[in-house]
Amino acid sequence: MNVMEIKNIGMSFENRVNKMEKIRAVVDFNLSIGEGEIIAVVGESGCGKTTLGKVIVGIYEPTEGEVLYKGKNVKELKGREYKDYRLGVQMVHQDSYAALNPNRTIFQSLSLPLLQNRIAKNKSQALDILNGFFNEVGLNPPEQFLEKYPHQLSGGQRQRILLARALSVKPRLIVADEPVSMVDVSLRIALLDLMSRMNKKHNISFVYITHDLGTARYIANSGRIVVMYLGRMAECNQIQKAIENPRHPYFKALLAAVPEADPDHRRDYSAELPLRSLDMPDIVNQPTGCKFHPRCPLCSEICEREEPKLRTIDGGLVACHHV
Amino acid sequence: MELQRNNSEIIYKKRRFEGLKEFFKVIWANKQSRIGFIILLVFLIMAIFGPILLTQPKSNYAYRLKPPSMKHWLGTDFAGKDTLVQFILGSRDVLLVAFFAGVFTVTFACTIGILSGLLGGRADALLMLLANVVLTMPSFPVTMILSMVIKVQDQLTFGLVLSLWSWPGLAKQIRSQVITLKYKDFIEASRILGINKFNIITKDILPNIISYVFINFIGIMKRSIIASVGLMVLGLVPFKGNHWGMMIQISLSQTGALLGSSTAIYFLTPVIGILLFQLGCLLFATGLDEALNPRLRS
Amino acid sequence: MKPIIEVKNLSIDFKVKNGILRACDKISITINDGEILGIIGESGSGKSTFASGILNLVANPGVISEGQIIYHTKDGESVDLLSLSQREYSKYRWTHLASVFQAAQNALNPVLTIKDHFLETAWAHDSKIKREEVISKAKKIMKQVRLEERVLDYYPHQLSGGMKQRAIIALSLLLDPEILILDEPTTALDVITQWYIIDILRKIHNESGITMIFLTHDVSIIGSIVDRIGVMYAGQVVECGDVEDVFKNPSHPYTYGLMHAVPSLHDDISKRKAISGYPPDLLNLPDRCRFSERCMFYISGRCQGDKERTDKLYPVKEGWYSRCYLWREVLKL
Repeated sequence: MNVMEIKNIGMSFENRVNKMEKIRAVVDFNLSIGEGEIIAVVGESGCGKTTLGKVIVGIYEPTEGEVLYKGKNVKELKGREYKDYRLGVQMVHQDSYAALNPNRTIFQSLSLPLLQNRIAKNKSQALDILNGFFNEVGLNPPEQFLEKYPHQLSGGQRQRILLARALSVKPRLIVADEPVSMVDVSLRIALLDLMSRMNKKHNISFVYITHDLGTARYIANSGRIVVMYLGRMAECNQIQKAIENPRHPYFKALLAAVPEADPDHRRDYSAELPLRSLDMPDIVNQPTGCKFHPRCPLCSEICEREEPKLRTIDGGLVACHHV
Repeated sequence: MELQRNNSEIIYKKRRFEGLKEFFKVIWANKQSRIGFIILLVFLIMAIFGPILLTQPKSNYAYRLKPPSMKHWLGTDFAGKDTLVQFILGSRDVLLVAFFAGVFTVTFACTIGILSGLLGGRADALLMLLANVVLTMPSFPVTMILSMVIKVQDQLTFGLVLSLWSWPGLAKQIRSQVITLKYKDFIEASRILGINKFNIITKDILPNIISYVFINFIGIMKRSIIASVGLMVLGLVPFKGNHWGMMIQISLSQTGALLGSSTAIYFLTPVIGILLFQLGCLLFATGLDEALNPRLRS
Repeated sequence: MKPIIEVKNLSIDFKVKNGILRACDKISITINDGEILGIIGESGSGKSTFASGILNLVANPGVISEGQIIYHTKDGESVDLLSLSQREYSKYRWTHLASVFQAAQNALNPVLTIKDHFLETAWAHDSKIKREEVISKAKKIMKQVRLEERVLDYYPHQLSGGMKQRAIIALSLLLDPEILILDEPTTALDVITQWYIIDILRKIHNESGITMIFLTHDVSIIGSIVDRIGVMYAGQVVECGDVEDVFKNPSHPYTYGLMHAVPSLHDDISKRKAISGYPPDLLNLPDRCRFSERCMFYISGRCQGDKERTDKLYPVKEGWYSRCYLWREVLKL
């Protein structure tokens, strides 16, 4: 059974400037997340990927559609089933400093959920549990980190602490929102390897949200990739297949824009981008028909009129009239 | 694992008192707050031990209005009672009133500020309307009227009356702090980890506003002394005892302190006492932010 | 290749509670006229401090404790920028050396339109210049950075992150500087916006021959725009050379580790490997080579991490230097 199913999710926010219109951050989104699966969600800022992450985690209640956890609608869960969901879906934030209480030591912050949710009966047991997880995430010796305040640790260390915190409540799914973007380049892979190990060892599914395609490919290399544009799914496929054979014009442009360090492959980078215009449209005044048409090199008459539906092509999903 | 666990436990047991030790270390290290702390400590000792060790001086009209001497270090008042003894005895009342005023103000302000900030919407609008109304009314005249209406006979009631019109400012500030905190990632993380609302308030929000509240508490104490003295000088509070405000009131009304020189000391003593106390509060507060905020320490 | 800036033994110290933190340690590097020099460094490498050092804008409690920055102007003069007073230096800032700093989007004044920013900047340096002149110049530069003319009338909050960054770059070019220093100009921007900004910078460089110093931690983009590269670690320059040479065949273990620690789209994932350990605490530097703790040679015992031998740079080739005295071994990897 799938851990989570996202069915026709829509997430709209009130527009404070113009009360008549709504800001539609996510529109008609469908996704199923299997056990132990890693899914990378990519897109530029404003595409709604963070909003999607927050809907999955339950911070936002979707304005349309339903979220199913282990087959049951999340809104209808009560008591133990709700607690199961609450602890079963966790999040690792992008800014590790903002995600920790600056006035509490790490131990105080991390033991609270264990004690309150009765995962640990007392502080001593909580300490044991945390010691175990800190060893797993590579923070040795644990005491050195547990007794410190967040500002006394480095970004990479804090990110591992966030991961340990998420793991300590034994989740089935972790949503990682740009977990390595604020970490030094040379340490990113270590963190991604760690998440990969946790995925394999504890069979935890990961939804990895990022705009960096290189790291997305690294961590989800046997999983799927979802490309979002203005709140909608543009393409979804096995990541290797998607990168080797991109179908949606937006995804093609995204891949062409990824810089290549290796001088041998760099010739491709210098060419023009297959895009008609540079800037992302306003999220309030969205274009008619296909949302990508003002920037799309393949734009034709139908693209301005009708929004393309997701179609299955070669094992993957694409929303484009020209495929 | 066992050894590790024992080591960790030792570290945690140490931590409990480390917090307090760290706090006083920082206060001591900062020269200003050190002086403030000493001043306040002196007053505290005066307030606690004074009434225990000293007895209420008896009237002795033969010795009235005497200047300072070896027997009476600050002279005597219009009834022959020792000025210094009255001052020390009065300090307990003064501090108690100020303390109660502080406690009540902080309680009201925190409750309203936190509720308003967390609930938002209509409740927030209503509470802030209340706060704004109270804020725009001139607090001292209203307190004057209140003190005439409510029988103020003990320190607690006095403190309560003083606090009724001084909570809005702090409430609004706490509300904005809470609103800022509400949207921070670590609060969101707590919600995701299933922490209930009560624990979020006490464990996540309160620690982040406590240094703010504490500093304001000292400030409120400072101001309520002036307010209480003011009310007494105006004769609005039929307070028994040796409160400094009473000393000033008596010296002004009964002995014409501002006109003659021999009673000036009886007038000046409580005035300087108030000044010193306020100075102590001010200096102590300068070190508080550093002492309570772990980020500023190391 | 004529040098336009020669940095000699630049050291910048910060007085902190526990001692003196040397953010930049005797940095010596030459920047040639018309080239694009890339400086790679992660957090704690000292690259941002270095950038502010060149502009003599090191923030308190930082202090430039030694060194010279010789600027060879187009008129043939040679000035040691650090010997100038702040007033004298300000004549060079923006007119000869301009900068685009990290999170520059926050450098825009929220109550001024973009047009006002241009006017304010121009008038700060020459109060007599005419309004129309400034605006026509601004329009030209806006075209270069691919911003529409109507953006001039916008306020900063009406622009997206990418647009703000382009506006800042436009502002830096207003007074035709000879040197442009960019510190992480594309961090926090999306891939596509990043691509455009790099494209814009490249085109500007081709048209005007402006010298650029491009500081970043992103190894991948640096390869796409720079001619020469300098790698900084823990306050020192550890490698410096032509980008083709350094990327293909690094001569310092840190550079080597860095190249292999960054995943890209087409590489072999199994070859990716993180650099173990963490950057050193600059207040507590070991009595060895600064990189030794994380260096594969030191860990495997092949090298003793001799500190004295890392106090100088070794020439690998003409114009290519490395701080590692085992550079020959690194080249063989």
